[in-house]
Amino acid sequence: MIHVENVSKTFTLHNQHGAVIEVVSRANLDVHSGECVALTGVSGSGKSTLMRMIFGNYLAASGQITVDGVRIVGASPREIIALRRHRLGYVSQFLRVVPRVSTLDVVSEPLLRVGTSEVEAHGGAKDLLARLRIPEPLWSLSPLTFSGGEQQRVNIARGFAHHYPVLLVDEPTASLDGTNRDTVLTLIEEAKARGAAILGIFHDADARARVCDREIDVSGFKTP
Amino acid sequence: MQDEPLFSASAVSKSYGTHVGCRDVSFDLWPGEVLGIVGESGSGKSTLLNCISGQLDPSEGDVLYRTQDDGMKSTQAMSEPELRKLRRTDWAFVHQNPRDGLRLSVSAGGNVGERLMAVGARHYGDIRRSASEWLERVEISTARIDDRPSTFSGGMQQRLQIARNLVTHPRLIFMDEPTGGLDVSVQARLLDLLRSLVRELGLSAIIVTHDLAVVRLLADRLMVMKDGSVVEQGLTDQVLDDPQHAYTQLLVSSVLMP
Repeated sequence: MIHVENVSKTFTLHNQHGAVIEVVSRANLDVHSGECVALTGVSGSGKSTLMRMIFGNYLAASGQITVDGVRIVGASPREIIALRRHRLGYVSQFLRVVPRVSTLDVVSEPLLRVGTSEVEAHGGAKDLLARLRIPEPLWSLSPLTFSGGEQQRVNIARGFAHHYPVLLVDEPTASLDGTNRDTVLTLIEEAKARGAAILGIFHDADARARVCDREIDVSGFKTP
Repeated sequence: MQDEPLFSASAVSKSYGTHVGCRDVSFDLWPGEVLGIVGESGSGKSTLLNCISGQLDPSEGDVLYRTQDDGMKSTQAMSEPELRKLRRTDWAFVHQNPRDGLRLSVSAGGNVGERLMAVGARHYGDIRRSASEWLERVEISTARIDDRPSTFSGGMQQRLQIARNLVTHPRLIFMDEPTGGLDVSVQARLLDLLRSLVRELGLSAIIVTHDLAVVRLLADRLMVMKDGSVVEQGLTDQVLDDPQHAYTQLLVSSVLMP
């Protein structure tokens, strides 16, 4: 479902004397349906950069990336938008939403965008918010007023609301307490069980051991 | 995915004597898509918006629109009445200053109803009902339906301008700095309104703004303009998070919270 072949990434900083920084070089990986693969490597080794290239957020300098049949490198914005709407989800570490929109609407939005009825979308969103222990009185408030841990759980609820066949997760369990961490890992297991291909970054070794089938060390994707 | 764009600009240029307003701009817009155009003042973004929306005649280039009846058609080849009809029905234009898009001497309800009458609505009860539905939708109390917009706050005027524009169910909406000059709290409400309208009505929109936070939340795609030319375009978050052009990098790194 995810195929990465000989992918490299450099950043050219035009306003800093044209400095060129190479972050990833010749990366290769595959993630199949129903499996969860962890990217490992020290901080700064390019894990997030690689994920962002797969999501179409960063442009690869060279190589090929295919997600569920769509070639990401060189794709038109329109193709990426359609892919993200229906088939490729990304749970980032930060919640980025329109201020003053209720938590329930924030979590329902991915479902509404794929044409789910409002009743059904709200139903799905409420289930997830309850499972992630966001107290019901908060559902009508904007998540931007919440604590860091609560925002992260809202972000996870939003990421898992629609059942994407391909899912990228960046540190989904960081800063969560034991029970919520368990819920997030269960959500990942459920997604795998329905055949989703998941690629993630998990600093938590126990979490990795529980949900990941394989690990890929990105430190290997560097020019020696 | 539909194969034909809704709207297509090709090599649009506008010059005023030796001064270049915008130069050689081309893009396609598909149904349901929101395109953001950013750049600093003087970059030509408003000139471009005026040229492609029929407010100004481009010096060169062509603008095509997929009409409901005849398919793709050049707006330059349209007759003046045809173009006027398009601007009243399929297209809408939201001005930065609501005073440019409203009639201040006419009641709020009249401002919304007027656009309906321009497309042939005649039944007073129906017009008033539509007007009050749209006021509610943009969160203006229907108790204010008979008040003149000059008694409204800036944010309310902007929302009224949006109601006036959307009442005829346009397919494409042009917006020039729609959140400019509004308090941040009012901006947020307007952003939420625009997002849900785009989603629910399947609208396409072209938004000119200098505010990168606004385009991040509203636009699917982004064009960055400098000195009349497009220097970079692509998926909004890609252009903002991995800008390729020196000018875009400067623009993005100059914002406190992009």
